[in-house]
Amino acid sequence: MKQFFVFVRKECYHIFRDKRTLLILFGMPLVLIVLFGFAITNEIHHVQIAVLDQSRDSYSQRLVQKMTASRYFTVNRYLSGEKDIEPAFRQGDVKMVMVIPNRFAHDFFHEKKAAIQLLTDASDPNTATTLINYANSMIMQYQQELTGELKLPLTISGEVQMVYNPSLKGVFLFVPGVMTLILMLVSAMMTSITITREKELGTMEILLVSPLKPVMIIAGKVIPYIVLSFLIALIILAMGAWVFAMPVKGSLLLLLLECILFGLTALSLGILISSVTNSQQTAMMISLMGLMLPTILLSGFVFPLESMPKALQVVANAIPAKWFNIILKDVMLKGMGLRQVWMPTLILCGMTVFFLAVSIRKFKIRLS
Amino acid sequence: MNNNAIVTKDLTKRFGDFTATNAITFEVGQGEIFGFLGANGAGKTTAMRMLCGLLKPSSGEAKVAGYDIYTQTEQIKKRIGYMSQKFSLYEDLTVKENIRFYGGIYGLSNRQIKEKTRQLLARLQLEKEAGHLVSSLPLGWKQKLSFSIAVLHDPSIVFLDEPTGGVDPITRRQFWDLIYESADKGVTIFVTTHYMDEAEYCNRISIMVDGKIKALDTPSGLKKQYNAGSMNDVFLQLARAKS
Repeated sequence: MKQFFVFVRKECYHIFRDKRTLLILFGMPLVLIVLFGFAITNEIHHVQIAVLDQSRDSYSQRLVQKMTASRYFTVNRYLSGEKDIEPAFRQGDVKMVMVIPNRFAHDFFHEKKAAIQLLTDASDPNTATTLINYANSMIMQYQQELTGELKLPLTISGEVQMVYNPSLKGVFLFVPGVMTLILMLVSAMMTSITITREKELGTMEILLVSPLKPVMIIAGKVIPYIVLSFLIALIILAMGAWVFAMPVKGSLLLLLLECILFGLTALSLGILISSVTNSQQTAMMISLMGLMLPTILLSGFVFPLESMPKALQVVANAIPAKWFNIILKDVMLKGMGLRQVWMPTLILCGMTVFFLAVSIRKFKIRLS
Repeated sequence: MNNNAIVTKDLTKRFGDFTATNAITFEVGQGEIFGFLGANGAGKTTAMRMLCGLLKPSSGEAKVAGYDIYTQTEQIKKRIGYMSQKFSLYEDLTVKENIRFYGGIYGLSNRQIKEKTRQLLARLQLEKEAGHLVSSLPLGWKQKLSFSIAVLHDPSIVFLDEPTGGVDPITRRQFWDLIYESADKGVTIFVTTHYMDEAEYCNRISIMVDGKIKALDTPSGLKKQYNAGSMNDVFLQLARAKS
């Protein structure tokens, strides 16, 4: 047992002496969270719009006021005619143009039907769709205000409620995503690099000749990284909670245990990678291309899985990050317990055992 | 038989169709300096790796320190030291930390490690550098340090795989002084090398060609047998004979 502690201590020297890697390990989650949380956001916030108000009466002005009061939209300029619409988009800062026709109030009250034209810059289709939805819902509200004054005999009003993330904060999606990404990176990439480094340096041979058992060598290399990735998971959770008010509705204990489980899955992947290659460079490339890309693209973190082709959805099932992402969202946002997330948990356990079994096989083959 | 540190009989290792070591048989006495010579790819490293327990032999028998290399590798590992051709200390650890680490994984107690560290640093005159990172040491010192660490746990046999590659002649001479010191204490030295002048330092040498041991005797015996002026001539005669 003492031999084991000696080994872990040596591993800690490696980690703490390598200031650059340490900075990356702890700096990256902070930068990613802040980036995704504040800068890269798909929320609608003070979007510049232009208004072509052809009716210029109190009703049209109230509508425009209602739009701007929401803080979602800011009126960038008023246009004087339809010929101005195209140049407004061309200049780039206007994302939506609202055209209120000439007889807006008249049509509404007398014809019982008024039209408002919304034009959006669909060069960014996601934003365009979101803008339309926001604008539509505000126009509906306005209509209700007006009809409220009038008391229409019959109306059906759909009441939309966004559950689990009522304010549609993008950060609630990114915190689990970043956590998945970082745990994958720290655990899989760092372990595969640290093991292949010993092979590259020739120290692995010395260790194998020593009385240390191979299992002890691997465990001694891996345990410091388990601790490290757990610390990083805590930092990300703390940042999510304090900076972005991200709730943890479910059990915190369960959440932390799931983090450790995913850490183990990633570690076993790292061990697997290091058992098939002898160079740090290759290990890093495999980790980046083989783990990071699928984790970003296919975990449902950036791109929704539901809108992917069937084939990719099937492939995504093999990505551990997908399952961890589901667990994180269920536990943090929906407050679910183990009884609801047992399936993804079991899948992660299965994957871990599978990766470890394969790497042990590989390791034995190499030795004989 | 019991006094022999290493005994092999028809030890063979095949990788697919290729036979790396072909039925080699030799004995190494306790306290002997045994040189294991051969061209690149002659099978030296494979033989050494089998004796260290890094590779499983395909057939044949061998005993190291009296223990069977198939079934008693755990016992063997405790009794041997190993220094590979690659420099095998941790560059980002200090001299002292390296000593403590290798002492630790061989199960030495803290007191033993402290005592050994003191002796080792005094012997190599490295007291001032004890707290320095190994990466700051010149290559010659690193090699001497790795040898001293390989014998830190008082093994009965040390395997040295081309230990003096890339080292200047003076440091090589100093390195061999360390080897002699250990041998005087009764440690068996099993060394592979390319340098023929080093071969002269050994008590006995074997020369491997194409996986087989072609010659095995004392340096002077070999020179007489092949009627050669130096070990270099002996080696060239043997190596050329095959082609």
